[in-house]
Amino acid sequence: MITDLLVSGAMAVAAGLVGCFAVLRRMTLAADALSHVALPGIGVALALHVHPLFGAVAMLAFGALTVWALENQSRLSTETIIGVVFSIALAVGSLTASGEELVDALFGGAAPLDRIGALVAMAAAVAVSVFIVRQRHRLVVALVSPDLARTARVDPRRLNLLYLQAFALTVALGLRYLGVLLMGSLIIIPAATAKRLSRNLTEMLVLAVVIAVAVTESGTLVAAWLGREPGPVIVILGGAVFLASLARSQ
Amino acid sequence: MSDPLLDVRHLTVRFGETTVLRDLSFSVQAGTSLAIVGPNGAGKTVLFRCLIGALPYEGTIAWAPDVRIGYVPQKLDLERDMPLTGLDFLRAHAAIGGAPAADVTRALSLVGLGDRVSRRSIGALSGGEFQRLLVAFALIGRPNVLLLDEPTTGVDEAGHERLNDLAHRLQEEQGLAVLLISHELSVVYHYATHVLCLGRGEAHLGPPETILTPERLREVYGASVAFHVHDH
Repeated sequence: MITDLLVSGAMAVAAGLVGCFAVLRRMTLAADALSHVALPGIGVALALHVHPLFGAVAMLAFGALTVWALENQSRLSTETIIGVVFSIALAVGSLTASGEELVDALFGGAAPLDRIGALVAMAAAVAVSVFIVRQRHRLVVALVSPDLARTARVDPRRLNLLYLQAFALTVALGLRYLGVLLMGSLIIIPAATAKRLSRNLTEMLVLAVVIAVAVTESGTLVAAWLGREPGPVIVILGGAVFLASLARSQ
Repeated sequence: MSDPLLDVRHLTVRFGETTVLRDLSFSVQAGTSLAIVGPNGAGKTVLFRCLIGALPYEGTIAWAPDVRIGYVPQKLDLERDMPLTGLDFLRAHAAIGGAPAADVTRALSLVGLGDRVSRRSIGALSGGEFQRLLVAFALIGRPNVLLLDEPTTGVDEAGHERLNDLAHRLQEEQGLAVLLISHELSVVYHYATHVLCLGRGEAHLGPPETILTPERLREVYGASVAFHVHDH
């Protein structure tokens, strides 16, 4: 249980940080849809008797590359294509996985976490968090204007690709707890709440991390007490915090 | 004459079937100011975006090896409720380039933005305040060339004077090269060392007195364009 709380806490820190820039970049729809791409990867991995996480990571990395390539095609409507491509991914995934496996993949299922798995997950969460913290200045300037970023010697396309890969890795980290359908929510909801309550970027980053960790850890404990899977409980708690923030800022 | 700070040769930019800039060549020396004028759609902003490497082009654009570019874009679309203050934005630029924190204070003071305004969300700034913040952003890192794309858009009269004077002062006192896109022909006439006139047909380059003539302006804009020459 303690290992679970540590790993999910590290995953929540990464989700809070990554989510801030997803919300600021107005890519919440793309972010949510991207998490669905993991499903066909999980399905194919299960069919090949490979650990499902490998399939999910491979598909998410591919999905991030697809979003990146679409964003560089100014003549295409990114949101429309994301809607089509990622719905297809969900449909293909639901055909390749079935039964309990599908439910676990969609909503998260607490398969036992071995020591190596826990260490890898912690290392990945730390890598994502360090990336966002170290690159936050570049991400901010590229967010305001990619052209201004160029004059500050930042390559916005490369930065964007790295950010999307960090996003994809964060989704993969959370699949065990929240599943394909709910992981996007843990990335978006704490950041959206923090955005409403913050006056500057540092406040937003800190608050998003605090909210993400608080709802993840309390959700995990409440779910264990209720004997339910943690994913839906975590998202419901996150949603409650967001609604409370609406009341506060009104 | 020393090597130019910027040398553009045979620059051509096409968007599909449309050629926006055709075989454009010019150079800019350190410490001089080049104004770029012309009607809407003449390719002025496209030229700037090529100069900063944001658009593909044919031909060559050669900057001096020690160039540090400060750029003020024409217009940016930002969310009103973005929790990013002017200070966050300027400090981010300083942090990327390793500029000292004093550069941020200096830049804010040069454009006349106070502490209270710089601590507000950038989405909540007025058009003129945001424009001045962009100029402050461009000044961080001590650039030796400024690219200003209609920097006074949305700025009040007092702000106009201040920004025009600032650009001129930086050019004269600190030897910055200034490339300015402007529709204010009287300002161009007064401040610019050279004028590049883009428009219908070929581009024209020369001192303001020879480029900003009624005949040339009529040819480029397709209509009579009047402007007042200030006596400062």
